[in-house]
Amino acid sequence: MKFLNLKSTLAIAALFGSMALTSCGGGSGSDKKGDSTATASGDDNSLIGAGSSFDNPLFSKMFYDYNSSNGLKVDYQSVGSGAGIAQLTSRTVDFGASDAPMNGKQDSAVTSPVLHIPITAGAVVLSYNLAGVKDTLKFAPTVLADIFLGKITKWNDPKIAADNKGVALPDQAITIAHRADGSGTTSIFTSYLSKVSEDWNTKVGKGTSVNWPVGLGGKGNDGVSSLIKQTPGAIGYIELAYAIQNNMPYAKIQNKAGVFITPTIASVTAAANITIPADSKVSLTNTDAKDGYPIAGFSWVLIYKEQKYNNRSADRATKLLKLLSWMIHDGQKFSGALYYAPLSPAAVSTGDAILKSATYDGKPILQ
Amino acid sequence: MPEVIQMEEQAEYQGVATIKSLSPAKRLQRSYRHIRVEGAFKVMLVGMGIFMVVLVFGILLTLIIGSSQSIKTFGLSFLWGKNWDAVNDVYGARPFLVGTLLTSFLALFISIPFSIAVAIFLGEYFPKGWVSEMLKNTIELIAAVPSVIYGLWGFLVLVPLVRAIEIKLGIQPQQGWGIFTASLILAVMIIPYAASLGRSVIQMVPSALKEAAYALGATRWEVIRSVIIPYTKSGLFAGILLSLGRALGETMAVTMLIGNSNDLPKNIFSTGNTMASAIALFFGEANDLRRSSLIELGLVLFLITLVINMLGKRVIKRFTN
Repeated sequence: MKFLNLKSTLAIAALFGSMALTSCGGGSGSDKKGDSTATASGDDNSLIGAGSSFDNPLFSKMFYDYNSSNGLKVDYQSVGSGAGIAQLTSRTVDFGASDAPMNGKQDSAVTSPVLHIPITAGAVVLSYNLAGVKDTLKFAPTVLADIFLGKITKWNDPKIAADNKGVALPDQAITIAHRADGSGTTSIFTSYLSKVSEDWNTKVGKGTSVNWPVGLGGKGNDGVSSLIKQTPGAIGYIELAYAIQNNMPYAKIQNKAGVFITPTIASVTAAANITIPADSKVSLTNTDAKDGYPIAGFSWVLIYKEQKYNNRSADRATKLLKLLSWMIHDGQKFSGALYYAPLSPAAVSTGDAILKSATYDGKPILQ
Repeated sequence: MPEVIQMEEQAEYQGVATIKSLSPAKRLQRSYRHIRVEGAFKVMLVGMGIFMVVLVFGILLTLIIGSSQSIKTFGLSFLWGKNWDAVNDVYGARPFLVGTLLTSFLALFISIPFSIAVAIFLGEYFPKGWVSEMLKNTIELIAAVPSVIYGLWGFLVLVPLVRAIEIKLGIQPQQGWGIFTASLILAVMIIPYAASLGRSVIQMVPSALKEAAYALGATRWEVIRSVIIPYTKSGLFAGILLSLGRALGETMAVTMLIGNSNDLPKNIFSTGNTMASAIALFFGEANDLRRSSLIELGLVLFLITLVINMLGKRVIKRFTN
């Protein structure tokens, strides 16, 4: 009996031990990270990226096409801009993608410099649900800010009517619909409002998720658009591509030059045709471009400037840089059909210069 | 099942018979093997049991470790801080705490008359027969339907309905989304929990008690009021507590109906958010302090549901003893 007891005790101890191990593996993310880095540097014919869900449809098309012509497999995880930056910071991916440039806090978290390569541009449109109104509504920037601040509460408010002469605006309450989850779309829209309204800038501010003074929150573009469709008198912001694909009405917005602009692929590309700084970290909201739509933004691919880390091979770094170079040149041809705005010539040349600054072990990768 | 047991028993008898026909040395060897199999089986059971306990404590530990940054930064003020502000990186749980408690208790309040009525109907009036079978199965089905379906139904049917009521009564804001709508859907979702426990405790009331009351000339209503309800009240209470635990943690249906605003709700018709819904919405994009604060939100939710469940279990235990 004694022998048996000892044995069962041992067995229990062994079970405990193995459980402790498994629970550790599940509990801490560091083990997982270790694994994926191993695969990242293991097979040089497949790259891993993560980030912006806005970029995902375009990237899927681009990577599919690049794979069939070059045989390079790219695994892109559409996890959101913030998560993409976090994964790049922990060096588990070859590249990240984000709709907002890295902020000061995120910059201080990375151990070596990160390059921002503009990859595409998108627009945020204001969609509304007004059954009786057939004309396209027009909004001036301050009016838009006042609506989202909760200062203008009725559709027939004189401030809205002033820009929409001849439109029979109903005596109906305005319901705001906004994103409840963190999003690059929110980042673009709130940085626009912060630029055009001092009140918004001090009271709410800008970011991927802010504290909305009024309104309903929905998850994702689809959540916001179903809130708009479901609520008479609602107004909310969604991506241009999403609005076009779902046949939703969207407003003309007055730009800095004072012109009311319909959001289209052309007017977004026009907004991006400005002087772009060398690091490409520029907001496309409220730009000086005369025919540009004012609520637009770049989406960036993020990579480390020094590509030699985590035992990555020179071959892998070269493949990544070649892929990115292809994306800002030939890859742009897929933009239009998917309702993304192709990069302006200025953006492409800035992107080229940035890509050339990437190094492997101190030596430039692209000639 | 009985067949299997029978076969096992037969096998055991045969085993005993063969052992008896063997030499003493071999018989000893055989019985050692039997004991060893028994032992291994027992070890396996103990191991599985311990694993579950370790798992729950592991989850608790993960939550505590994950939220340490937020606990260090905000301390206890996290619980009553009234701003959840991602722009300035300041997080307080009060809007979500209030939202969670408000929706859950409101849902409980709405559901109690229904769940008690169903429990009495099934436990006392129609314990058998196809009507009660159908009702019982329907109630069980309510518990089995995935919450996203309730969310969809609420989105398409309940929201316009509530909006119409709000417009008729002149309640602001007239949008249909909010705490009240979320509570309505939660109430429907939690009815089965209190109803099925209530039904079984009502069926357990000794007939001698009821018959005695009838013999004294009590009407059915009087029997229910002065015999069944007093006798089963702790069981009914436990069922209500369990359904409260369910309401606290519901995520999907609430997210779709509550309006998801980070502000402290002004009244039951205004929009708000709950802890579970906030975690689901914000976690994808969160890192650093924000992520840690969300994990702490999860920890608070974990502890609240733990306390509610333990309270429920204790009340049940007292009732059954």
